[in-house]
Amino acid sequence: MAIKDYLRERFFPHLWCPGCGHGTVLNGLLQAIEKLGLSRNEIVMVSGIGCSSRITGYVDFHTLHTIHGRALAFATGVKMARPELNLIVPMGDGDALAIGGNHFIHAARRNIDITAIVMNNRIYGMTGGQYSPLSGENIRATTAPYLTIDPSFNVVELAKAAGATFVARTTTYHIQQMTDIIRQAILHEGFSVVEILSQCPTYFGRKNKAGDAVDMIQYFKKNTTAMGSKAKKENPDLLERGIFVQKEMPEYCSEYDKVVQKALKGR
Amino acid sequence: MSENIKFVQGNEACAEAALYAGLDFYAGYPITPSSEITETLAYRLPQSGGKFIQMEDEIASLCAIIGASLTGCKVMTATSGPGFSLMQEALGYAIMAEIPCVIVNVQRGGPSTGLPTHGSQGDVNQARWGTHGDHAIIALTASNHQDLFAITVEAFNLAEIYRTPVILLLDEVVAHVRERLVVPEPGEIPLVERLKTTVKQDVDYHPYLPREDGRLPMSDFGGVHRFNVTGLFHDMWGFPSSEPGVVHGLLRHLVDKLENREHQLARYKEYYIEDAEQLLLSYGSAARSAHHIVENRRLRGERLGLLELQTLWPFPKDIVREKCAHVKSVVVVEQNMGQIMQAVKLAVDQPDKVFLANRIDGVFIAPADIRNILRLIQGKGV
Repeated sequence: MAIKDYLRERFFPHLWCPGCGHGTVLNGLLQAIEKLGLSRNEIVMVSGIGCSSRITGYVDFHTLHTIHGRALAFATGVKMARPELNLIVPMGDGDALAIGGNHFIHAARRNIDITAIVMNNRIYGMTGGQYSPLSGENIRATTAPYLTIDPSFNVVELAKAAGATFVARTTTYHIQQMTDIIRQAILHEGFSVVEILSQCPTYFGRKNKAGDAVDMIQYFKKNTTAMGSKAKKENPDLLERGIFVQKEMPEYCSEYDKVVQKALKGR
Repeated sequence: MSENIKFVQGNEACAEAALYAGLDFYAGYPITPSSEITETLAYRLPQSGGKFIQMEDEIASLCAIIGASLTGCKVMTATSGPGFSLMQEALGYAIMAEIPCVIVNVQRGGPSTGLPTHGSQGDVNQARWGTHGDHAIIALTASNHQDLFAITVEAFNLAEIYRTPVILLLDEVVAHVRERLVVPEPGEIPLVERLKTTVKQDVDYHPYLPREDGRLPMSDFGGVHRFNVTGLFHDMWGFPSSEPGVVHGLLRHLVDKLENREHQLARYKEYYIEDAEQLLLSYGSAARSAHHIVENRRLRGERLGLLELQTLWPFPKDIVREKCAHVKSVVVVEQNMGQIMQAVKLAVDQPDKVFLANRIDGVFIAPADIRNILRLIQGKGV
């Protein structure tokens, strides 16, 4: 199936700003789905609120655009009810890890078979440029006119600690790696987390003099490196990309099937 | 049919009724005094092939059942005041996206953590107006286990018919009292199943285009129709829209589909109303004491009647006005500071003949409390 057949073209143009990284994530996601040969009826995409979350409107799957931070809780209900469906949950950084932080760690703990994609542009875009729990320190935002003092979550470490069985990171510069990682994340039976560094030239870029979209993507190229690379040993400040965790553990819906079997037998 | 007779708590009666109604999926979070519903269903639901999950909080519980409902499941969650407060945003979502679901609020004393183990009826107005924005809601209640069973099944039926969340507003007293319940035979109470679309595959399906009768046939997630569901104002495909005509049309639809059906949605019981000079109006556990005193006074020849509401919202104002028209006074018996009394005053022709008999101290309102108010109205000392 051609990529464009996965799109709801009648709902274009999309609302993302020129230079926004989220369109690149949409591209990588659809490439991955196309490579997997999934049919549109097998996919349920659930999102919360924010720029990233509008992605559900543009794809021709079963789509559920919910409330801020709760996408994983809605997705948990869909998945429990229909385990054979593929659940993909794209979220923004604030959506996933500020208001949605509790659902994020509990979905990871359960190891329910959902693919969570954190589109991390380190800012609240839709509301106009406030700092997020992934902004990090010394960032300028509309709510941090004197620069942020909040340390950032490390999404990879947080997901690992919470029990996610597939944890990866990539960027909008590394589109081929992104496609491959998302493909593997969807295939993975368990809770998978893919952090994708994405650029917001409109708010993060302008506020922090990070340049235009091209400059911001170049930043991802220069400041990240493949996991365990020689470059990382030489320059520990580089942020690693790749698949950090990929392990088989009991998946929640399969485990619940065993509960049903026990209940039917009368314990 | 002795095997169908049980001696149970109201919470257990509610859980049994949900199973009778065809519950497929339940998500919940522990909270007093509703936990027995969650516990009963954790045990019973997988026995019927259904699914149960304990979520990380009440917000997640309501979100999870909304997700499951979209796959075609009959769904429920149960909580109490603090959890119900947390659910308000997702409740608005379910109203906006027109998701059939049942939300049980076993009321306890509030505000805040309040009186976790004591009865109250303080969430009546929260059930009506807790979530933001103009909207309509169905809220039902019952005063005894047999009625609670029937009204729980009714909640599932109305959720399906109107594609809406239905709130089952119980209270700690009914929830924890143990009394006799005769479980109806299968088929004894009719069940409403989900109305599915007849639109064929590859034909444009409009999930938010009501039929002539106002109902919206659904297609399950995972089925052949792919559509968008959102809490934003949306067009007939479910795609976000801020076009004034679309916004106005959807909001009117959401409100009118319930508010214009006050009579179809009204469930109530009446005792000795025809010749009553004085009328008690009550609901939920408070109606038990009201009923007791009415029976008691009738034995003495006093012309006292009782209107017991089971539908609180949409408020059955025409029925209340009619039943109250010929009595000298109406005493609303409730365990809050007059939340339904206000609705009664708005409904009747002479609001100054409406009085309140209430308790707000966590102690169950007794027949003596009502008797004292009746004596005061009659100009007698207490």
